[in-house]
Amino acid sequence: MINVNNLTKQFGDNQVLTDITTEVKKGDVVAVIGPSGSGKSTFLRCINGLEEATKGEIIVDDITLTEKTLAQVREKTGMVFQHFHLFPHLKVIDNITFAPIETKGVKKADAEKHAKKLLETVGLSDKANTYPNQLSGGQKQRVAIARSLAMEPEIMLFDEPTSALDPEMVKEVLDVMKQLAQSGMTMVVVTHEMGFAREVADRILFLDEGAVVEETTPHAFFHHPETERAQSFLEKVL
Amino acid sequence: MIDLIPSIPFILKGILVTLQFVVASGIAGFIIGVLLAFAKIGKFPLLKRFADAYTAFFRGTPLILQLVYVYFVVPEVTGWEIPKLAAGIIAFSLNSGAYVSEIIRAGIQSVDKGQFEAAQALNVSYWKSMRKIILPQAIKHILPALMNEYIMLLKESAVISVIGAHDIMRRSQIVAADTFNYFGALTIALIIYFIMVRILETFGAKLEKRLRYSD
Ligand SMILES: Nc1ncnc2c1ncn2[C@@H]1O[C@H](COP(=O)(O)OP(=O)(O)OP(=O)(O)O)[C@@H](O)[C@H]1O
Ligand SMILES: [Mg+2]
Repeated sequence: MINVNNLTKQFGDNQVLTDITTEVKKGDVVAVIGPSGSGKSTFLRCINGLEEATKGEIIVDDITLTEKTLAQVREKTGMVFQHFHLFPHLKVIDNITFAPIETKGVKKADAEKHAKKLLETVGLSDKANTYPNQLSGGQKQRVAIARSLAMEPEIMLFDEPTSALDPEMVKEVLDVMKQLAQSGMTMVVVTHEMGFAREVADRILFLDEGAVVEETTPHAFFHHPETERAQSFLEKVL
Repeated sequence: MIDLIPSIPFILKGILVTLQFVVASGIAGFIIGVLLAFAKIGKFPLLKRFADAYTAFFRGTPLILQLVYVYFVVPEVTGWEIPKLAAGIIAFSLNSGAYVSEIIRAGIQSVDKGQFEAAQALNVSYWKSMRKIILPQAIKHILPALMNEYIMLLKESAVISVIGAHDIMRRSQIVAADTFNYFGALTIALIIYFIMVRILETFGAKLEKRLRYSD
């Protein structure tokens, strides 16, 4: 589903990602873990072209990401951000229907029907007509997930979806993500939630200083980390 | 004051001249400003450099000199006897465009970058994101500053009297010189400008209020 081959990313002289090669299979849930500044966000953003790779290739569902295929790749990928980025001037329902209507030409009534169903899955049926600034952080993030799902992506990318939330709201968002994982969605999740990674992920991608240091199962990663860097990272976060 | 009464219609006619001039410059300046603003935030370095240089130049030299320059240098170089009002409109719209471009650029850039990225991630095109996501949020910052710019433009328009255009300012000076009543004639001009500015301000405040609904 996603093939990353020799991905290298530089910002000016700053090399942020070094020669990353990995594969995400359909239905896989991959947790991307690593210290701050290790390039996790950049890695994720390269997959849907929010950042342009300096070297290497990204292949999403057999489509090689280029300027020309950018829209095709983005059609297959949804993204959820740490800070939600809901559209503040649009009601919740319009946040969700905006992209389907504007980019796919879905009829308003159909889009709204779909949006209501999605709001139900994320447990926010009653919030359709509120504006984002009246929602709690956890609710905002669930709306953001619904907004992404409205485009019917095949892959969901999450960039620390719970890091900006108060602790008591983390669970409601993780629950929605678990549900999504169980439904078979292919997911790449950058997270600091080790519990989630252990429980839900099929694979852990441990990044440090822009390189994949370990790529293994959650069990192996959390119980027998092979590298010293992973060991010392785990000591700090667990 | 009585001696001025016959001259009042003559001064009042200046309102039309001033308005004509301000509206034309305002519209042209706005269009120039929009184009420059998009050049500044766009991804073409050459356009960006041009827009920056343009802004620096028009903000870095006196408006009155720009006006006089257009009025005297254009005929000298091209042989076209440029009408006073046209010279004024050209100079003022070129100048105003520089300021407006900064207002719009700053307004757009005041919107969180994440808004644009969220739209991109949802596969929304650049212009659609701009029109339906970014600008509706930017407008709250742009509008008050733009109103200010138009108030400035209205007041500064009195500068065109230096090339002899018959605006409010010029007419009141003519009347003053004819009647030797500087106090009366210039006071009338002050009042007219003040009322016009107040009307514009009131209109701006109303517009702002209407736009603040969603917060
Ligand atoms: N747009 C950018 N321009 C320049 N440098 C950048 C840019 N984005 C990220 N970087 C740099 O790239 C490095 C990796 O950043 P990135 O955000 O990918 O790390 P991260 O692993 O997501 O960190 P965190 O856990 O803090 O979110 C950092 O040194 C950062 O300063
Ligand atoms: Mg990050």
